[in-house]
Amino acid sequence: MKAIYKRELRSYFHSMIGYIFIAFLIAFTGIYFMAYNLNYGYPYFAYVLSGVIFLYLIAIPILTMRSFAEDRKNKTDQLLLTAPVNLFQVVMGKYLAMVTILAVPCVICLIFPLIIKSQGTAYILIDYLSILVFFLLGCVYIAIGMFISSLTESTIIAAIGTFGILVVMYLWSGILDFLPVSAMANAVGVVLILSCVVLAVWQMTKNWIVCAGLEVLVVAGCAIVYVWKTSLFENLLASILGKQDLVDILTGISSNHLLDISGIVLYLSIVAVCIFLTMQMIQKRRWS
Amino acid sequence: MIEVKNLTKKYGSHMAVDHLSFTVEKGQIYGFLGPNGAGKSTTMNIMTGYLGATEGQVLINGHDILKEPEEAKKCIGYLPELPPLYMEMTVEEYLNFAAELKKIPKKEIENQVNAVVRLARLQDVKGRLIHNLSKGYKQRVGLAQAMLGFPEIIILDEPTVGLDPKQIIEIRELIRSLAENHTVILSSHILAEVREVCDYVMIISNGRLVASDTPENLENVMSGTGHIEIEAKGQKDAVKEVLNQIEAVQKTEYKENADGTVAVQIEVKGQEDIRERLFFAFAERKMSLLTLKLNKSTLEEVFLELTQGDAGNFRKAEKEGNGDESNL
Repeated sequence: MKAIYKRELRSYFHSMIGYIFIAFLIAFTGIYFMAYNLNYGYPYFAYVLSGVIFLYLIAIPILTMRSFAEDRKNKTDQLLLTAPVNLFQVVMGKYLAMVTILAVPCVICLIFPLIIKSQGTAYILIDYLSILVFFLLGCVYIAIGMFISSLTESTIIAAIGTFGILVVMYLWSGILDFLPVSAMANAVGVVLILSCVVLAVWQMTKNWIVCAGLEVLVVAGCAIVYVWKTSLFENLLASILGKQDLVDILTGISSNHLLDISGIVLYLSIVAVCIFLTMQMIQKRRWS
Repeated sequence: MIEVKNLTKKYGSHMAVDHLSFTVEKGQIYGFLGPNGAGKSTTMNIMTGYLGATEGQVLINGHDILKEPEEAKKCIGYLPELPPLYMEMTVEEYLNFAAELKKIPKKEIENQVNAVVRLARLQDVKGRLIHNLSKGYKQRVGLAQAMLGFPEIIILDEPTVGLDPKQIIEIRELIRSLAENHTVILSSHILAEVREVCDYVMIISNGRLVASDTPENLENVMSGTGHIEIEAKGQKDAVKEVLNQIEAVQKTEYKENADGTVAVQIEVKGQEDIRERLFFAFAERKMSLLTLKLNKSTLEEVFLELTQGDAGNFRKAEKEGNGDESNL
């Protein structure tokens, strides 16, 4: 794992992507810091961070696009997979290298609250916590980007795919506002989502009988619940999906000064799921 | 050393490897021979643990490549069809990385890297970016990577592709010297190379092992090789007398024809071409030779016969437009 980690890290700086990523994040954070904190005199650096999340949408896909797609294209994955290291170490080596690159601007960000403090009152704890959450959010995005990169051989497709998903996640709460409130529509929505899951199961197992059974179970279950307690479905999708709003956790700190521990758990679980899925994708390719 | 049992790999409905079984013994050079698309690379990829088999088992020194991958992979050095190189690294950086990846102890890394650099003759390009190297050098860097750590088994997928004739000879010599301490498996579709380098040849066609033997035996045994066929006018005894004079004649098989001629199949000792001597021997006795023909089948013929037999035709029909695959 160490060898892969070191090589990846070095390669990010060989290919300039590492420098550009770090410079890009710091430059724009600096501009926002200057505008919000220095010009307008707002004492919370956390506010700046919640304003610059959109930088991730551009920077993260560029960082993650090469991780597995390029290996696969250049066939260097043959070297990694035939070496006496297990798959988890390969994936973690690459992931940690990207996280390390992300950590550089985050560590530099630690200076900004100190600058505020030197000019007057600063809220160091809140600011540092928000930097931590900002970093963790980046880790989640990197994990997602890495997973997308493992799906394809093309770095361009990996970058655009990751960008698309990150945009959807960024606009999450806005998109949820368009979801219908009525019970009927929500019930249909639940059936549709679960049907997608069944379709995915079919895709993996190719077993018609099991999947047909599951689908019947989904439709019948929803119908029964709907008849039994219609109110349960009211606004169901919006409230469930609303809990998955990743950006909300960071803005929670900057606007309410509240750290949502369940949000941190959500971050870490998404990272774990993405790493697991990445490993599964690589395994799947070996077997198909 | 390596035991491959009943290996099968399916891509959808296409059988890339079809119930392949063989064993590999220590200290020899094995050659996988087969037309394009025969399943050589797939087999090698499965043996090295890069791909999973649909069915079957690969044992490397008793370790199952799927159940104990790390143990098994430690015994193998692998050069895939396309050398797995990181273009943005220098040769030395790359080899150091590969050494670390192969879990070579830190103290030994420098020595090991220097040793393979010497063997693959990379001293001159050690500090250069792999990106800037020519194809031949890239191939040699890949080869150096496979030799790194000097694993017991070295698997090379078409190691001489893209090299110039001088380099090809160098690499062949290198492979032969490796065989003193290692088991080498290489694949190729170049017959001359296999005949020259390998101790043992496995011919693969359509994912099946169609023949496996030493190159000499394949040439001799497969279809009555090294036979001279003659047809002479005269009595069987007279012909026999003539042939007995020639000591290179090892075995004869007579067949009397109704028109007063005798057809003889002659097996010759060694590699000598005795056709001229046969001609003069019969000429001295004033016996007319009607036919004098050398029936020597080369590895090429063996190969073509084996890979373009029924199975080859079947495959051709099956994969229309891809007919090139069973031709060499």
